[in-house]
Amino acid sequence: MSTFQIDFSTVQKRRIIGIDLGTTNSLAAFMDLTGPEIIPGADGSRMVPSIVSLADDGTFVVGEAARRLLIDAPQRTVYSVKRLMGRGREDVAEELRLFPFRIAEGSEQVIRLALGERLFTPPEISAQILKELKRRAEQYLGEEITQAVITVPAYFNDAQRQATRDAGRIAGLEVLRLVNEPTAASLAYGLDKRKEGIVAVYDLGGGTFDISILRLHEGIFEVLATNGDTHLGGDDIDNRLLAIALEDMASEWGEDLSHNGEAVQTVRQAVIRAKEELSFQPATVIDIDYRGRRYQRELKRELFENLIRDIVDRTLGPCRQAMRDAGLEPEQIDEVVLVGGSTRIPMVRRAVEALFKAKPHSELNPDEVVALGAAVQAAILSGDVQDKLLLDVTPLSLGIETMGGVVSKLIHRNSTIPASATEVFTTSVDGQRNVLIHVVQGERELAKDCRSLARFDLKDIEPMPAGMARIEVRFLIDANGILNVTARDLRSGKEQSIEVKPSYGLTEEQVEAMIRESYEKAEEDLIERQVREARVEADNILAAVEKARMSDAWLDLTDEERAAVDAALNELQVVYHASDHHLIRAAIEKLDAATRRLAENMMNTAVRQALKGTRIE
Amino acid sequence: MAHLHDCWHCGAKDAASLFCRYCNTIQAPTPDYFEFFDMPRRLAVNAEDLKGRFYTLSRLLHPDRYTRRSEQERRFSLEASSILNDAYRVLKDPIQRAEYVLRQEGFTVGDQRNKDVPPELLEEVFELNMALDELRGGDLEVLPQLEVMRRDFLEMLAAIDRELEAMFARHDAAPPESRKQVLGEIRSALNRRRYISNLVQEVDKQLTARNA
Repeated sequence: MSTFQIDFSTVQKRRIIGIDLGTTNSLAAFMDLTGPEIIPGADGSRMVPSIVSLADDGTFVVGEAARRLLIDAPQRTVYSVKRLMGRGREDVAEELRLFPFRIAEGSEQVIRLALGERLFTPPEISAQILKELKRRAEQYLGEEITQAVITVPAYFNDAQRQATRDAGRIAGLEVLRLVNEPTAASLAYGLDKRKEGIVAVYDLGGGTFDISILRLHEGIFEVLATNGDTHLGGDDIDNRLLAIALEDMASEWGEDLSHNGEAVQTVRQAVIRAKEELSFQPATVIDIDYRGRRYQRELKRELFENLIRDIVDRTLGPCRQAMRDAGLEPEQIDEVVLVGGSTRIPMVRRAVEALFKAKPHSELNPDEVVALGAAVQAAILSGDVQDKLLLDVTPLSLGIETMGGVVSKLIHRNSTIPASATEVFTTSVDGQRNVLIHVVQGERELAKDCRSLARFDLKDIEPMPAGMARIEVRFLIDANGILNVTARDLRSGKEQSIEVKPSYGLTEEQVEAMIRESYEKAEEDLIERQVREARVEADNILAAVEKARMSDAWLDLTDEERAAVDAALNELQVVYHASDHHLIRAAIEKLDAATRRLAENMMNTAVRQALKGTRIE
Repeated sequence: MAHLHDCWHCGAKDAASLFCRYCNTIQAPTPDYFEFFDMPRRLAVNAEDLKGRFYTLSRLLHPDRYTRRSEQERRFSLEASSILNDAYRVLKDPIQRAEYVLRQEGFTVGDQRNKDVPPELLEEVFELNMALDELRGGDLEVLPQLEVMRRDFLEMLAAIDRELEAMFARHDAAPPESRKQVLGEIRSALNRRRYISNLVQEVDKQLTARNA
């Protein structure tokens, strides 16, 4: 046991971080003593662009470094993968027209994306972003991170939530809670203001739109209603500008570039820049330099607003529906909070203000507020924050398909979660052994118009005459908004076995295979982590010795002892950057041994000081 | 009122309802909504009191409070929170609350008898169907008449709600043996109410289809 090192591991609880896994950018945050803080990267950056690229050597490049690869290696690079989470191929036909996703054949149930020669599911790609955030957090906080709260759009359905949780597991994170993004944002806002009242959170991000209406009461954040569109966001604005610019360039240059991945990404980045500038100035220039050719086009805010008006208008319907569901008029909303980068657009702010008849809040950085809220929720789960509680709702009604394809609703939308419903099923034919239950999510009357969640097969039913079996099935939506189903045979009282066949997304076996695969890769990660941990330890002892050298105790040492300490100190500094943690550890041990007398001297000095302080004159 | 059982955790006898009174550990929750809220089985409920109990119990039972507890406690917390939320949803709404009590007392409640027109409404329903047919046929002159009928139905609903309120009070004050009879009356009123409210929905659907 080293003298200068203090072992915190037994005292410290495992830290839970908060993660905003966004369409465009992702962030991690943690709860500091003074409140939630964003975890920066080594370069000081606060956001990780949600871009993933597969390098030639099979490793992944994530974030800012991958942005450049959108242009240099478009076949191996992907962005906005959140749009594909928990979806099947037919759901994303619209996306495929607008985004350069390369989707493999046979992606009906789980989409597989091609990066170079290899195929990946959206959760696997999201997992790379999560791993990058995990790495940042471990580096910054100097400890291993294994638990997280991850945010999702409030309007995400069951499959999209499961896909997000799968991504966390593949990244080596235990996802303790999925929190809805607008609700997380309200937690971050609620920190400084102990307010009572009704709050609307308008969250327009890169690819998703949510509106949530909450009642705040003595630290309880109770969601009254939520609504949204999981395919509406800043991306849609970018695509609109992109199409116009490409068309304009085609007529100016006489060349259609819309199938040239490199050119499209160059133009895309230019129109995004122009869009962002228009939030702060009345006019800008779309300026593109592509392979020595120049394209310039002035864009006035007025024209920009005309181009995007219908996109902004699409957010208003869900807002009105949420107010109706909450039983509230706009006048009853006390505060409106803006979340998501797209709410920087002045036209969006005007639309929100006109609808809710209240000036919206935007004190907190709309890009960061969700991650900060996730960190608050993490602190609620760890018990560090006890005066707050989030009561969220399920965004979509849950039902089962009955005769004629009609949906029988079991749990209505905007029900506070956890929520449950119980139904008793029976057989319709003598000796029937199985009952198949088709569970759907959505508001429409026919199952075919709702979102298919899964088919639950009640198996091995005792053979008996038709209508005699009585199987009680309990549907429970947990605090993550994810469905759990259990069944009991009422006649025997025994648990009834169920086989779950998810309509979209990965089966449990597939997720486990992916986790195993990532463990195999984890060996490299483990080595890297050991080196990092050794360096953290080295930092501690170096700092402690540095401080001791300033003290009287240092002067009490013999010249030889001082020389030995200096030599050991020097050795540790030399091996500090080595990639073998054994070398660093050995140097730490050596320095620790060389400084033993110094430590004793310091201790004695401290004791003498203490005694002096208590002497009675 | 809350019924006591032995604590699964410390074994104390008759010590526990939602929590053990000795070791304070969460217990397997009762599925009975009134017992859960520790409220008497009455049809009249004070909304503010119910809300206060809901918030207090939420703070104690929510899964967020049990992340770092044992598997068993986490399971009880999830189970208890779901019952709490379901119970609050039902008890805060007078209609759902009455239906819950009716079901508990062995009455069948639901849509089965919906097709039978209550005899006192025969005339109104006949007129309404005529008007709706004409509207579907493209005759917009019936619109004012439909608006009037819609308002009449809404007034009937309000009247039924007042009747129900009085019946609730009568039920709560009645000795246990004569409660069943009041519940029977309540069920008839609820059936009538459901029938009329479906009519209003039908009119609304036709009117919005016309406006769209």
